[in-house]
Amino acid sequence: MTDAAQSLRRERLRALGLVLPLLLFVGVTFIAPLGTMLMRSVHDPVVADALPETLASLGEWTGEGLPPDAAYEAIARELVLAREERTLGQVAGRVNRVESGLRGVVTRSARGLGDVTEGPWREVMVAIDSAWADPGTWHAIRATGQRFTARHYLNALDMQQLPDGSVARQPEDRRIYLPLLWRTLIVSAGITLLCLLLGYPIAHLIAHAPPRRANVLLVLVLVPFWTSLLVRTTAWIVLLQTQGVINDLLVSAGLVGDDGRLAMIYNMTGTIIAMTHVLLPFMVLPLYSVMRAIPGRYMDAAASLGATPTQAFRRVYWPQTLPGVGAGSLLVFILAIGYYITPALVGGSSGQLISNMVAYHMQTSLNWGLAGALGGILLAGVLVLYMLYDRLVGIERLSLG
Amino acid sequence: MNPGALASGQAPRRRMAGGIPRDRLVRFAYLAFCTVVFVFLVAPILVIVPLSFNAEPYFTFTEGMLRFDPEAYSLRWYREVYESEAWRGSLVNSLVIGAFATILATVLGTLAALGLASPAMPARRLVMGLLISPMVTPVIISAAGMFFFYSSIGLGQTHLGLILAHTALGIPFVVITVTATLSGFDRNLTRAAASLGAGPMIAFRKVQLPLIAPGVLSGALFAFATSFDEVVVVLFMAGIEQRTIPRQMWAGIREQISPAILAVATFLIAFAVVLLATVAWLRRRGGSPRPNR
Repeated sequence: MTDAAQSLRRERLRALGLVLPLLLFVGVTFIAPLGTMLMRSVHDPVVADALPETLASLGEWTGEGLPPDAAYEAIARELVLAREERTLGQVAGRVNRVESGLRGVVTRSARGLGDVTEGPWREVMVAIDSAWADPGTWHAIRATGQRFTARHYLNALDMQQLPDGSVARQPEDRRIYLPLLWRTLIVSAGITLLCLLLGYPIAHLIAHAPPRRANVLLVLVLVPFWTSLLVRTTAWIVLLQTQGVINDLLVSAGLVGDDGRLAMIYNMTGTIIAMTHVLLPFMVLPLYSVMRAIPGRYMDAAASLGATPTQAFRRVYWPQTLPGVGAGSLLVFILAIGYYITPALVGGSSGQLISNMVAYHMQTSLNWGLAGALGGILLAGVLVLYMLYDRLVGIERLSLG
Repeated sequence: MNPGALASGQAPRRRMAGGIPRDRLVRFAYLAFCTVVFVFLVAPILVIVPLSFNAEPYFTFTEGMLRFDPEAYSLRWYREVYESEAWRGSLVNSLVIGAFATILATVLGTLAALGLASPAMPARRLVMGLLISPMVTPVIISAAGMFFFYSSIGLGQTHLGLILAHTALGIPFVVITVTATLSGFDRNLTRAAASLGAGPMIAFRKVQLPLIAPGVLSGALFAFATSFDEVVVVLFMAGIEQRTIPRQMWAGIREQISPAILAVATFLIAFAVVLLATVAWLRRRGGSPRPNR
């Protein structure tokens, strides 16, 4: 091996050695958690673990009519067992998500079976609840019994798997998540546009002001940027609520009556105003750094060649700022679609976005598989945008103020 | 366009009906618009400060405050926060978690940035993308995943778990700032040190580190600010023992609204100004995350 090749090898090992500790750290503390969450969205062993023999005997069932007697016998035994091992609630909850109303059927049956010592099991179970004579109940049990399932993703896309295995969309009035996803995308696009509209002029002003004034103006952008998100959100609550500063101002100015106070918060308006405020610096900073590099001579040259200010702006200035526009817009959009805190605090019930639905299923409904699937879809979207950002701007140039 | 104006070599100048030059009017509108945007950016934050001195438990200006009646102002909310066990405990938690997360993120992130700056580094782009991903991943997703994973390895509701989680979230900032500083670093300087007999460790400590120190420090401040402001992961992972300041504020906003949180908010605004001033000062010393070149 030549000296040069050897030193390159050594250099490469050295570089890898420096990066490796962090790579391992991020792998364990960040990537593994994401993996766990994605795993939960496709892997759900609760029912499979609790009712193994029932599911085995359902394997021979064609899906037509009622399942064989062996299935009744197995489930009678396994439900009682699950009740003793305290997994019954989880099993009932999962079955209930496929076919609502079955939670009660499952828990009631387990309780009723506690006193019964011998069959015929089919008749015993149907006597406890007639739902056991309905093939739909058994379809639900079989569906939840799959360890690996696309059920949560279908659910997250407002689709369901029918008993015959085909996939169909939910009826119109039961579609929740796709409309919410749309709303998130549209609101995020709106906020991005708003940030561009507000941010472009001030970035221009800062970029072409004399240095001292530019520094002062830049501070006005950076102070909110560095201020705690919760502080900024609190500030908007103080300003916008019905007994808040702006409404008080409007009332004392006589613009609105005391009973006509505006509802500017705890709805979508609040979410949009507060999020625009929070994300605006992320638009201004990349615009500013691009605009600062544009020499003033170009505009002078355009003017001396007879362009009106509008023409000079449109044909000379604007095209040169496009990299900044792209970087800022993409960044704001990426941050907006995953936003959680602000909508949760000022969005009320109408101003919620997809992240809030993930939080709801994590904390309130405890449907963690669905939370994982919604998160997985959101993550995939962000990942695509992130790669686009890397291609267009370069991630190491994410601007941090 | 008026051809006469072109012929005489002058940019055309249009006038509005009133005789005010159109350019002046546009300029005025532009400045007015910018002023409004700056007010939009800063006013909400400034409003908090006087309200935190409210003598009444209201979130808005009382008549006394508007008359500048000294009676209408008081420090009662500051006293309340100061005397509250919960707030004091949360400050300690925030500082402890923030400090350890910052140290971890800064050490690991700086080492990695040094490796990433080497032209010999394989798969540079992919690695960089991976290391920066915690910054763009929606925090609700990170928090949900961390909740599952850290509880499964026994780190749920522990300080250590939160420190590790916050380290992961702070790492991108360190990697970005130090990488940017290193891109302006002249590698001949380390070569010169080596030719003068310095070993790699000495060359790093005596030559490279002092030059990139401002970048490392501003990365550390970013990492600390990230941890100090983080609430979603804390919401999912912290027990009562690990409540941080943002967690207390969250509870304050959602559950028992009291101007005490405005006092805390004012403190946090002051803290942000100090951080910002420090980073600006470091940047003048060459720690810019976006070097001007």
